[in-house]
Amino acid sequence: MAEMAVIKTPAETALSVAFATAKGKLPGAAALRETAFKRFETAGLPHRRVEEWKYTDLRALMRDAKPLAPPPDAAAKARASNAGAAFAAVEGRRIVLVDGAFVPELSDLAGLEPGLTIRSMAHALATGDAAVATRLGQVVPTDNVAVALNTALMRDGVVIEVAPGAALARPLHLVFFNAGGAPAAVFTRSLAVIGKAARAMLIESHEGVAEADYQVNTALEIAVGDEAHVDHIKITGGGAGTLHVSSLMAAIGAHARFNEFLFTTAAAVVRNQLFVHFKGEETVAGIRGATLLNGKQHADTTLVADHVAGACISREVFKTVLDGESRGVFQGKIIVAPQAQKTDAKMSAHALLLSEEAEADSKPELEIFADDVQCGHGSTAGALDDDLLFYLKARGIPHKEAESLMIQAFVGEAVDGIEHAGLRDTLIDHVAAWLKTRE
Amino acid sequence: MPAVQETVDQVRRIDVDQYKYGFETLIESDKAPKGLNDDTIRFISAKKNEPQWMLDWRLDAYRRWQTMREPTWARVHYPKIDYQDLYYYAAPKKKDGPKSLDEIDPEILETYRKLGIPLREQETLLGVQRPANEDGEDGEGATSGNGAERRVAVDAVFDSVSVATTFKEELAKAGVLFMPISEALQEHPELVKQYLGTVVPVTDNFFATLNSAVFSDGSFVYVPPGVRCPMELSTYFRINERNTGQFERTLIIADKGSYVSYLEGCTAPSRDENQLHAAVVELIALDDAEIKYSTIQNWYPGDKDGKGGIYNFVTKRGDCRGPRSKISWTQLETGSAITWKYPSCILRGDDSRGEFYSIAISNGHQQVDSGTKMLHLGKNTISRIISKGIAAGKSQNTYRGLVSAHRKAKGARNFTNCDSLLIGDKCGAHTVPYIEAKNASAVIEHEATTSKISEEMLFYCMQRGLSEEEAVALVVNGFVKDVLQTLPMEFAVEAQKLISVSLEGSVG
Repeated sequence: MAEMAVIKTPAETALSVAFATAKGKLPGAAALRETAFKRFETAGLPHRRVEEWKYTDLRALMRDAKPLAPPPDAAAKARASNAGAAFAAVEGRRIVLVDGAFVPELSDLAGLEPGLTIRSMAHALATGDAAVATRLGQVVPTDNVAVALNTALMRDGVVIEVAPGAALARPLHLVFFNAGGAPAAVFTRSLAVIGKAARAMLIESHEGVAEADYQVNTALEIAVGDEAHVDHIKITGGGAGTLHVSSLMAAIGAHARFNEFLFTTAAAVVRNQLFVHFKGEETVAGIRGATLLNGKQHADTTLVADHVAGACISREVFKTVLDGESRGVFQGKIIVAPQAQKTDAKMSAHALLLSEEAEADSKPELEIFADDVQCGHGSTAGALDDDLLFYLKARGIPHKEAESLMIQAFVGEAVDGIEHAGLRDTLIDHVAAWLKTRE
Repeated sequence: MPAVQETVDQVRRIDVDQYKYGFETLIESDKAPKGLNDDTIRFISAKKNEPQWMLDWRLDAYRRWQTMREPTWARVHYPKIDYQDLYYYAAPKKKDGPKSLDEIDPEILETYRKLGIPLREQETLLGVQRPANEDGEDGEGATSGNGAERRVAVDAVFDSVSVATTFKEELAKAGVLFMPISEALQEHPELVKQYLGTVVPVTDNFFATLNSAVFSDGSFVYVPPGVRCPMELSTYFRINERNTGQFERTLIIADKGSYVSYLEGCTAPSRDENQLHAAVVELIALDDAEIKYSTIQNWYPGDKDGKGGIYNFVTKRGDCRGPRSKISWTQLETGSAITWKYPSCILRGDDSRGEFYSIAISNGHQQVDSGTKMLHLGKNTISRIISKGIAAGKSQNTYRGLVSAHRKAKGARNFTNCDSLLIGDKCGAHTVPYIEAKNASAVIEHEATTSKISEEMLFYCMQRGLSEEEAVALVVNGFVKDVLQTLPMEFAVEAQKLISVSLEGSVG
């Protein structure tokens, strides 16, 4: 059994070339980038034989690698001037990144609350900012290939720090806008450090001009301090890229509250990876998501909830609605370490198939090494219940409308978990808008 | 509470070593030279006097096996197996044809007697053939405790070879063929050729391919159309020789409208080294047929420090080939150092049905990675999975399963329930289900829980006068009840005792 010669795909070769030519120009962290890229080169693009990527074969889905996006010009910035408008009801502090570059002039940086700092990741990397250097890649260490690629090629992003005890009055709304001049690859890396007993809400919306042929690889590291309360919501909508890979690495301290929500509609291929690390005791976390797909869209949510400390409570609820020839993937793993006694973790993943061609793949996993725990998961896949449809139709509700009602109720179970009323209403509207697109 | 008392008595009888089947039988045996090459395969094939096509089939499997790699995806860890350091064939030395009990080595009979296997059909073998309705009073009192007439046809496999098959004549009257596969190759080669390897293809996986190359014996069952097999069929596997691998191959064919219930049991001596067991089981159910396959697996699990024990790497698969056919797997896994086993159903025929009921108990340093695959291909196919995993000591217990509804499997339906129970804080219980829905009318439900025996439950039982051990036994029996009920009655009692024994030493 001789070792087989490694044959690189065109995309892998293109990435190697891109890294070789760009590494001199990318801001700072040269050694970190070099090691990360080596990891990528050894592993190659993940394919279906790699367990974590079983249902999202990047090697097949990524036929080529787009050139790295150039810094946004005036025209691109002009196109982004209205970015994030769909979330006006949230009344958040808007922070805009165009083609992966932080654009202060489009961002609302006036009158920052005491204890809040926001700066550019590119600047922090270039100047070798010690606070960033010690955290980067260390919040939740992972050997994930997509994260490695991000580390190697990251260009910009934001660094957010919330001082201990500070409570942000307004949500921070990070708008990642793809201006779509030419096909491009965007690598953003952000870091949020939320101090002890601080309170913050972070919204990420990924959007762009509809025809943007972008490959996006975005990553966010969040360090949540003890007793802090953090909400993170990521919305992946139209223009988020033809291939959108996102990684969230969150480490949560003791007695904290953490709420995560993923809302995914458009984008051809989406992979949302969540690595949530419970490192302090008695934390309560809710990790939820809703995905609505049609056409040939493909969305993959991969979650690893790692309970290292005991007595934490985690609830995961994921809902996927699949129409057309779309494919929804859910992989959720709950790990309970031997010392994490009294963990209470419940995960549920439900898929609703609206068409004959849709496909739902689900892999909920439990990996339990402690005995005094309450852990469970449930997963279902199926069509709308005929009896319920009949019930509604018998009361004079037209077929399509009855379906819409049931879909809204199905997704509602996850969306209702969002505490911010403005955002919740906005997402409910998003669901309604998606339902309108079904003829 | 007699059941509980019985359990406790049983537990007390067992010494520290726990494993009561750990004895070794000293008999002479015929072995192939150590190691694996074309000659070993030719040797096995020649010993069995096999037709040329069978030898070619084996050699082809061996060639393909050499190009394959050992799978590493399961959550089990073991030192690399040296496949050249094994004996691939060991047969008890026998004199002539095994037509009567006289010619079966008394040592072997003694072995089976110790195992408590109902070889009281010995009389049949002895030629003391009585009409079936006349009770054999001189039967083994130790095994037929419940008074009910136990009519179980047994095929006993010792190391690599089948040593005795009972009730053959009565079965033959009904038209049922039940014999060692080596014999079937002589008597019904056309049936074997038609079905062998059609469910588990030669190149299915590393261990199945190895088995295809070197399998030495196993059971063959054919139930003709419309026949309801008049008794339970059963095979007892025993590994005795040192350094041998056991590779048996079971092939069961239920022709149109027939029914058969089959049970296998397994034991091995306690030894320091690890022994390999790589079996293949193929089930084929044609139109309206039903096969019920039960396993009580109690291979030697290794000592309390995790030394020794059997590597149980088994491929079991059933094919519901005809419409309205049904295959039901029930397994009680208590033994083996490592279990790697996924009895599966291919639900090909419309309206066919697959079931999987499993109790997997791990204690000491055992590692279990087991589960099932339900592949829904036909319309309105139904599957049901109930899996109960109990991890104690320092063991790791994993459920790994796949439920897949294909494009054309309209109206497919699955229900899965996996519960794990943890006893002690050094063990692990894991659940890895794969759910693939490729059409909208399929309904798939999966639920899993992991927890420990609650303090409240124990307190409640102990407050009423049960000791902690009794209380745990009671709770565990309740936990696995759903699955125990699906075992054939005679074996349910045995299984219940086995569960308690397996958990011995896990409390306190």
